Amino acid sequence: MLTSIKTNSFAGDKGKELGMMYFRVAIILFGAQLLMGIIAAIQFLYPGFLFEIFDFSVARMVHINALVVWMLYAMIGSVYFMLSDETEHEVVGIGLGKLAFWVLTAAVAVVVLVYIFIQVGSGSEATIWFINEGREYIEAPRWADIGIVAVVIIFYWNVFATYIKGKKTGIITVMVANLMALAGLYLAGMFFTDNISIDQYWWWWVIHLWVEATWEVFVGTLAAYALIKIIDAKREIVEMWLWIEVLMLFGSGILGLGHHYFWIGTPEYWWEIGALFSSLEPVPLIAMFVHVIYDWGKEQGANGTKPVIKNGPAMAWIVINAFGNFLGAGIWGFFHTLPQVNIYTHGTQFTAAHGHLAFFGAYATILIGMFYMGVQYAYGVERLKATFKSKMAIFLITFSLIGMTIALTIAGYEQVLVERAELGGTWNAFFVAQNLPWYVQAQVWRTIMGVVTFIGFIYLVWDLLTIGKEAQKAEA
Amino acid sequence: MANKNVSVWTSIPFWRRSAAWVTGFSTILLIWLTFDTIGQISMGTDADLKKGITKRVPAPTVINYHIDYKMSQKRGHEVPVIGKKEPFFGKEWSPKEAKELLHLGKLTVQAKNCMNCHTLLGNGAYYAPDLTKAWLDPAWQKGGPMQGMTGKNTKEEAMAEFLQHPSKYPTHARMMPNLGITPKEAKGVVAFLKHMSAIDTNGFPRNFLKTVDQFKAGGTNAH
Repeated sequence: MLTSIKTNSFAGDKGKELGMMYFRVAIILFGAQLLMGIIAAIQFLYPGFLFEIFDFSVARMVHINALVVWMLYAMIGSVYFMLSDETEHEVVGIGLGKLAFWVLTAAVAVVVLVYIFIQVGSGSEATIWFINEGREYIEAPRWADIGIVAVVIIFYWNVFATYIKGKKTGIITVMVANLMALAGLYLAGMFFTDNISIDQYWWWWVIHLWVEATWEVFVGTLAAYALIKIIDAKREIVEMWLWIEVLMLFGSGILGLGHHYFWIGTPEYWWEIGALFSSLEPVPLIAMFVHVIYDWGKEQGANGTKPVIKNGPAMAWIVINAFGNFLGAGIWGFFHTLPQVNIYTHGTQFTAAHGHLAFFGAYATILIGMFYMGVQYAYGVERLKATFKSKMAIFLITFSLIGMTIALTIAGYEQVLVERAELGGTWNAFFVAQNLPWYVQAQVWRTIMGVVTFIGFIYLVWDLLTIGKEAQKAEA
Repeated sequence: MANKNVSVWTSIPFWRRSAAWVTGFSTILLIWLTFDTIGQISMGTDADLKKGITKRVPAPTVINYHIDYKMSQKRGHEVPVIGKKEPFFGKEWSPKEAKELLHLGKLTVQAKNCMNCHTLLGNGAYYAPDLTKAWLDPAWQKGGPMQGMTGKNTKEEAMAEFLQHPSKYPTHARMMPNLGITPKEAKGVVAFLKHMSAIDTNGFPRNFLKTVDQFKAGGTNAH
């Protein structure tokens, strides 16, 4: 994968080349995310580990920021990758796009170095501008916010201009419209207020309307594109499904935002709105699952010939995505989405359990699938088959994420009963619950599972670096 | 599709139009609700406090009042109750002073990245206690372990002292790190915490334990 730029197999497709540049950075940041997660998990067990050197707050901030940024990189990469296929037009503004890539990557590097080495600042506007904003997931300081907006405008302009000049398929139409919303929402997280309720109100516009609305539609679009590419699914069927998914995802996800407005000072009517619409959120995820499996089965049996999956590992990750999205986002989200339950689970490891399985199931999986699509094209391979390493990566990462989620769910359950229900949610109640053996055991298992994830990640990177060349050799 | 006359259920234009309408309708509804909510959660004024008008998010001068969190039979959960005036760091703060102090506190809470260990209004990380009603926590009250440990006579002074030198007062193996919080910033953070405890959070956290007696009796609500 590293040498793919020089192999020239892209046959002049500059968009795909640029997409691969984003994929490479995404994988590095993915690795950083996992390492930070392991540090934070160890600190739960051994609080003295790196105390006052590299505190939990720092490890955790880099953990979740690397997560968001690697996914955004992989998403931008995926768009550049699919753009020329869908529009049948070469990507416009590649030079500017490359400049934007380097500017963004330099900015990300500076932000991460400041997070790691400067960590915190004084209670002043200067800190918000130059060190960090202290708002979970979107901690990036203000200067970086503005830089991100500038880079995204360049990216969006390239996509939009290509779209206008090229063919307007259903898939790319959804993509272009959805990206506009996705990018625009970032602006809702770029201001400071003394009012913590208003702060969190708009903060959730960014976080929720990303991960439970626009990112989900993005995933639907990627799956549609990939199914056509990998198993020759029929475009008419895939695009019809895509519109149904958009309907259901936005129909439930936009007002499902209400489930974050139960306890932040906002009025009671959000209980009903949030409960109703967020309960509907799993529905499109079931539909997406059925869609992928149905198409797969259908194309397998079609015209009596031997079925062909053009990209084995990518297809495997997309099937895991369909299942993981439903399980992690759908089921684990629904567990605690009703206010009657959420009043006890809010702010416990329950949320962490859901967060881990949902980000993995809904997003990491399909973006890894796109990495494999990238490798296949980079090496000009007709048919990419899963290797032992691909299978190890799939097994270890999926298994450990499910294990981690179960461990965190148990920890959350204990917290809900002991800290919240029994002891009344105070400072003392928190520590009593944190130190009970059941909680500690769960944290031990979570840490073990985190290490297993990292081993799986090593297999993944190793596979991505070698699978293309091996397949090329086999075909030649 | 080829058989486009057969059924509306397999018609792409039908689903495209439906998707657009549903998305548009949801968005408009959300924007409308946002206007209503922002109106309801904007900060109240000092005059509201003086007249006893309850706001979901009160004015910064709420730091001059006693705050409690009591069961409301009507609403079925606890609500903040703003009581009589009480000194905060030994004085009454004017609206301008209180606003500036809260501003400093909120800036410090973000600058020190509190949210990546603690939860605020239940949102954040789960490595340290939720701070939503920290101001009301029995640990900081007279006779509570944290106030006793810092050797201070008031809740606010105990909290400010702890915030400046957290690792000097370890209670568990898991400690708060020293974040270089200045005396002024510490006052600001305490003002922020007191203000947050006065926000109407629809009863979150439920059954929050408030008295030192309960705490000493094993910390359970069940008596």
